[in-house]
Amino acid sequence: MARMTMIEAVRSAMDVSMGRDDDVVVFGEDVGYFGGVFRATQGLQAKYGKTRCFDTPISESGILGTAIGMAAYGLKPCIEIQFADYMYPAYDQITQEAARIRYRSNGDFTCPIVVRMPTGGGIFGGQTHSQSPEALFTHVCGLKVIVPSNPFDAKGLLIAAIEDPDPVIFLEPKRLYNGPFDGHHEKPVTPWSKHELGDVPDGHYTIPIGKAEVRRRGEAVTVVAYGTMVHVALAAAEETGIDAEVIDLRSLLPLDLDTIVQSVKKTGRCVVVHEATLTSGFGGEVVSLVQEHCFYNLEAPVVRVTGWDTPYPHAQEWDYFPGPARVGRALQEVMEA
Amino acid sequence: MTEVQHLSLHVPEPAVRPGGQPDFSNVKIPKAGSVPRPPVDVAPEDIRDLAYSIIRVLNRDGEAVGPWAGLLSDDDLLVGLRNMMRLRAFDARMLMAQRQGKTSFYMQHLGEEAVSCAFRKALNKGDMNFPTYRQAGLLIADDYPMVEMMNQIYSNEADPLRGRQLPIMYSSKEHGFFTISGNLATQYVQAVGWAMASAIKNDTKIAAAWIGDGSTAESDFHSALVFASTYKAPVILNIVNNQWAISTFQGIARGGSGTFAARGLGFGIPALRVDGNDYLAVYAVAKWAAARARRNLGPTLIEYVTYRVGAHSTSDDPSAYRPKTESEAWPLGDPVLRLKKHLIVRGVWSEERHTQAEAEILDEVIQAQKVAESHGTLHAGGKPSVRDIFEGVYAEMPAHIRRQRQKAGY
Repeated sequence: MARMTMIEAVRSAMDVSMGRDDDVVVFGEDVGYFGGVFRATQGLQAKYGKTRCFDTPISESGILGTAIGMAAYGLKPCIEIQFADYMYPAYDQITQEAARIRYRSNGDFTCPIVVRMPTGGGIFGGQTHSQSPEALFTHVCGLKVIVPSNPFDAKGLLIAAIEDPDPVIFLEPKRLYNGPFDGHHEKPVTPWSKHELGDVPDGHYTIPIGKAEVRRRGEAVTVVAYGTMVHVALAAAEETGIDAEVIDLRSLLPLDLDTIVQSVKKTGRCVVVHEATLTSGFGGEVVSLVQEHCFYNLEAPVVRVTGWDTPYPHAQEWDYFPGPARVGRALQEVMEA
Repeated sequence: MTEVQHLSLHVPEPAVRPGGQPDFSNVKIPKAGSVPRPPVDVAPEDIRDLAYSIIRVLNRDGEAVGPWAGLLSDDDLLVGLRNMMRLRAFDARMLMAQRQGKTSFYMQHLGEEAVSCAFRKALNKGDMNFPTYRQAGLLIADDYPMVEMMNQIYSNEADPLRGRQLPIMYSSKEHGFFTISGNLATQYVQAVGWAMASAIKNDTKIAAAWIGDGSTAESDFHSALVFASTYKAPVILNIVNNQWAISTFQGIARGGSGTFAARGLGFGIPALRVDGNDYLAVYAVAKWAAARARRNLGPTLIEYVTYRVGAHSTSDDPSAYRPKTESEAWPLGDPVLRLKKHLIVRGVWSEERHTQAEAEILDEVIQAQKVAESHGTLHAGGKPSVRDIFEGVYAEMPAHIRRQRQKAGY
């Protein structure tokens, strides 16, 4: 067991997987010699050689296209898109190719790839380094979509993703790389070394894809969140004193519906939180499922707290980011309804 | 006072439109046998002219001439002719089946049979093609069962793809034929990745990428060339230039570049142009490129100069955008007739044997069709289950898809 940051946990997951399976290869822009702009792949080329961890041309469709071909051959590519905002040139390869190869060939060919992408804002990245495009992937049948919220989950889920027989989109909230950021940007973030979920086993373990985790038990209201918003929701619960039950989805597709339904049936209230824009966001899907399965248990309308329906701004970042104050107001609103 | 020049936009036009006289005077055809055959380890910059010429073996008299000739035996060529004839007969029957409503859609190869049939012969078992929708000769020439192809076209109860894919979007790993997407150009860069994987694993297998002239305009084409060039991937990058992308003439995708093959030169990839209607030339060039790939010398770009005699698909009518008689004016002739003539000149074939072979092949196709139709056609007889809609999206069916399947009543 070691204390790891989320970057170290992600790196450890790739290291463990590459050590166990020669078919695992890692590549992307700046990923090889330098080890990635966020240093997630640091040391992997030195350890496993440059045919298993290498730099690529700046061509996201090329990265995805070659990964799909490699997977068809029998390798297990775990590739990095430098920022989730850069994935659009690869979107055709992800949605119409990777996601459908098993289906269209009736299993003659498969596509076991993992696409890692740093996601979300909070680093003054502006509109091209802050996006949360998860809903663009959860709308695609054939993909799995994971958003971890801490180092322990990140490692276990990434190893599970690499071992999964189907394509997995692995969105890493970049604001969580160094600590459990709760939205209080004016305060220094607690490092993962001082958080229990920074305790990460050195070796191999997996966390099943499709299982949520309850981060805080509560009776008053259910908060459904993932990624950075898990920590924001926990802060909002503490600061408002509202006894919220905070669910960390971890996997959006497949979704752990049972955990959500069980909790909402108990609390009768629900707030869904994400950093991505509101309209047609993943929260809409959660709200819809909650009304479908928990309608007669609901004491109040289900509320969403999300990024605004605008591009991610630069200077006004903290007025865009749905921090603990906004989540807290939503909790109060739902409690007073 | 300064003179102001107003700009104007250049929009290329084909030489002739419907009603005009077909004109291929702009297609420069070198004499058969006139293009040299360099060693496979030649430096790409030393063969730049091969991207602007056309490698040809069969001359007007049906003789095989020049440095690219002499690679195939009588038996090889007889099998090659037979495969092209089988593909042509298969196409004719399936076109008719589509007209009879037995399937929704079909795409034929008329005039382009040599490209995929001869190319298949240059590959080994275990190599992988990433084809477009007009390379079924890769399957026919590898003796993939016609019945299976028809089952797929009919989307019947024996369809190996369970009714999920458009007709002719075959998949056969066993026969080195990657599942056809139906999107354009995506497979080109995937082939490069497959080849890179083979090199990463120190394997001996190579990959072949396929694309049409029109789709070379897609960004995936350029991604593929960058990756193939950077990592010297053991891949053959094939461009089938059949002159027409549905209704759009090849000049729209080619732009100011002299040829499609020349696109490879900027990437440092050896690029060759070949007579796509010449079975011997296609084989010789493919074999040259395959040898380069197998010797770890990297990718080769090949442009097959051919002509799409038929419509783009059963949903297309070419008389709306090109002269009806244009295919007859095509200067590189018909691939089946040219190989037939060559075999007669070689003294191993005759008109009588050709007629007899046509009858045998038609019988083979009709027999296969009977078997396939006993399993159903698109709107009649046996069909895949509704359950098949929900299977195979993932290795294991997730709960939400299971709930939807139950809702659908299965």
